[in-house]
Amino acid sequence: MTHEVIMAGHGGQGVLYMGTLLARAGMLEGKEVSWLPSYGAEQRGGTANCAVVIGDEAVVSPVVYEATGAVVMNGPSLEKFAPHVRPGGVLVVNTSLAPERVERGDLRVVALPANRLAEETGDGRSANMVALGAFAAATGIVRMDNLLEALRQATPARRRHLLAGNERALRRGEEWMGKD
Amino acid sequence: MAERILLKGNEALGEAAILAGCRFFAGYPITPQNEIPAYMARRMPRVGGVFIQAESELAAINMVYGAAGAGARAMTSSSSPGISLKQEGISYLAGAELPSVVVNIVRGGPGLGGIQPAQSDYFQATRGGGHGDYRTPVFAPNSVQEMVDLTMEAFEVADAYRNPVLVLGDGILGQMMEPVALPPAREAPLPPKPWATTGAKGPGRRIINSLYLDPVVLEQRNLWLAEKYARMRGLARAETVGMEDAEICLVAYGATSRIVKGAMQMARREGIRAGLIRPVTLWPYPTVSIREAAGRVEAFLVVELSLGQMVEDVRLAVDGKAPVHFYGRTGGMVPSPREVLEKLREVAAGMGKRRVVAAGAGA
Amino acid sequence: MRQIFAGTDGLTQSTTIYCPGCTHGITHRLVGEVLEELGVTGRTVGVASVGCSVLAYEYFNCDMQEAAHGRAPAVATGIRRVLPEAVVFTYQGDGDLASIGMGETIHAAARGERITVIFINNANYGMTGGQLAPTTLLGQVTTTTPGGRSAATAGYPIRVCELLATLDGPAYVARTSTHNVAELHRTKKAIRAAFQAQLEGAGFSMVEILSTCPTNWGMDPVRAMEFVAKEMTATYPLGEFVNWRRGN
Ligand SMILES: Cc1ncc(C[n+]2csc(CCOP(=O)(O)OP(=O)(O)O)c2C)c(N)n1
Ligand code: SF4
Repeated sequence: MTHEVIMAGHGGQGVLYMGTLLARAGMLEGKEVSWLPSYGAEQRGGTANCAVVIGDEAVVSPVVYEATGAVVMNGPSLEKFAPHVRPGGVLVVNTSLAPERVERGDLRVVALPANRLAEETGDGRSANMVALGAFAAATGIVRMDNLLEALRQATPARRRHLLAGNERALRRGEEWMGKD
Repeated sequence: MAERILLKGNEALGEAAILAGCRFFAGYPITPQNEIPAYMARRMPRVGGVFIQAESELAAINMVYGAAGAGARAMTSSSSPGISLKQEGISYLAGAELPSVVVNIVRGGPGLGGIQPAQSDYFQATRGGGHGDYRTPVFAPNSVQEMVDLTMEAFEVADAYRNPVLVLGDGILGQMMEPVALPPAREAPLPPKPWATTGAKGPGRRIINSLYLDPVVLEQRNLWLAEKYARMRGLARAETVGMEDAEICLVAYGATSRIVKGAMQMARREGIRAGLIRPVTLWPYPTVSIREAAGRVEAFLVVELSLGQMVEDVRLAVDGKAPVHFYGRTGGMVPSPREVLEKLREVAAGMGKRRVVAAGAGA
Repeated sequence: MRQIFAGTDGLTQSTTIYCPGCTHGITHRLVGEVLEELGVTGRTVGVASVGCSVLAYEYFNCDMQEAAHGRAPAVATGIRRVLPEAVVFTYQGDGDLASIGMGETIHAAARGERITVIFINNANYGMTGGQLAPTTLLGQVTTTTPGGRSAATAGYPIRVCELLATLDGPAYVARTSTHNVAELHRTKKAIRAAFQAQLEGAGFSMVEILSTCPTNWGMDPVRAMEFVAKEMTATYPLGEFVNWRRGN
């Protein structure tokens, strides 16, 4: 199975980073991966999004049109990308910044107050990690130990102090799914 | 095999240049290739190489002229509007026979255009955007791995033929990340360049120049270059996928070829026998691959991120032996595999009709 | 009801795309106000350049042309020579004006071309993500000077006002800043003087305005203002360098 994932939010929410971690974790699972960001003017103040493809065979198109899963971190992204998820796909909605109600009834919607949960773990800025943890748990695309390893690999020495907090946030997302 | 690491296309390309022995880079910021100069600014000082942010693309390409003329492996990179400015320099590099690599991470035009991916610089790249009777090999990667492999090869080709070589990417390839295996750094000494101006006096002194005021001499000079370009024809290369039993031949290059491959797979599931020819070199064009297919398939469908540029080379190669259809999106718009599939269905339906007509005529 | 704020006729109603704390917006406003107060909006042609202010043609409420990167003074020259009565100005960043477009800048000034140049010096390339500009301060970190600008490899900052002041063509050349209200008032006065020079046929005029780029400097807006006030003015002294009225 090939997973085609869209991650979206506004600039500064770390959605591109979230995507690179997912791709990296996919690689650790021995899968073929690609990551493609939105770029340029869109980044400034506006929306940011990326497409991640993970599968057993060489990635055909890095551009994702009909996603098998998506994480939307704010209201505008929900509006823009919910229509691009295939029926039956997983949609993680950050209800801290987006409405809880989703127009489509044919998706597996995970309503997740990512910012609140992140604050509870100690750092409101790790909402992206909470969402990623929940998304991984909901879809089973990658295992938590590989996500944690990806995070470790991607964290440069000068950011070491953020590592523990981000790990907690990833796990918090996973736990939330357990409860769901 | 070397361990695979996740790299962004632009950065992978920068690293590939360094692995190939490039020790001189001059560039100027422009989206979507900004990661190349930024990467070179970080890496070059660590390998004893030179990074210069030039005051303009014009200056950058002429810095490459000077560096290449002094014997260094030299590269510059830019995106469409900046590549337009480099055309004068590329013409001079070709005229003076200076090996060098010029990277174009193409975006939408004309004019200031936009910053999203495009393939609308095909004519400029393959016909020679500058003045004069010259040619430059053009490599068109379609993955981050090929951004590495073809860039490294570009340096070898440049030195082998003493010619500027273009690497034509696009915003998708530049920005995306994929796992890549980095080949080992080139260890062999660089090919000797006895023509390079490294400081000499007297009868052994060398001149880098493209001025020949006597038309007799300039014609000779052009004929000599033409012979070299004829030898370069052997560089033509294409990848073919599913062409063994194909009725419709898709032709696409660069990132587009991957979207088209997606459409091809969908079409096959519906019983439309489509195959793909992906030119890896855009000049010289893999005319032979196309011509050979023309005898076997019912139709061609060329897909580009432009309003139809490479399609002209396909038509030249097919030479009327089969209908050549075209589908293009432009201005930074990228078609979905489904869009291409729609077009494939149309082409397939048209073929069915023609067959019926032909059968009817025979009866 | 007492009106305490109104738009200026010199600007359109469009919302700008500038980042929070960026001084491009306030500078647009000052130029717009001057055009309105001089009563020339109806006969003005502006030239937008390539940089964060590339969409200036959406913001200034007058005829506008969009030029290629660095070429605004050449485009403005074409306009000026065809329309002797028009008011012609360019709005350019430091990469546009002092790097790729330095040739055009110097030659328009040397010709005494009757145009007004609004020059935004924010010590880096904003639009492309924070690279070295000719105006980047020594030691300043940019994406293409990751270890800070070193004179040995990336040279020294260019002081454009001082450079142009050596020429005979300019009628008015001044450097001002945006880091507090008093400086904004001074900036507006300078912009008015620059257009006045053009209207009087005195020659080329330019105002270099020290500006912020909090996004690429990685600073909050307040810290960015401080950077302008302390660091930038140390390399780029404020003041008038040429003033036709004073005969210098
Ligand atoms: C020929 C050409 N080269 C490069 C670019 C890319 N580019 C767009 S804006 C810009 C620099 C902008 O910097 P500056 O003039 O300082 O203005 P700011 O964005 O800081 O306001 C560059 C290099 C281009 N559009 N055209
Ligand atoms: S990038 Fe810098 S110059 Fe551009 S709008 Fe943002 S703050 Fe202003």
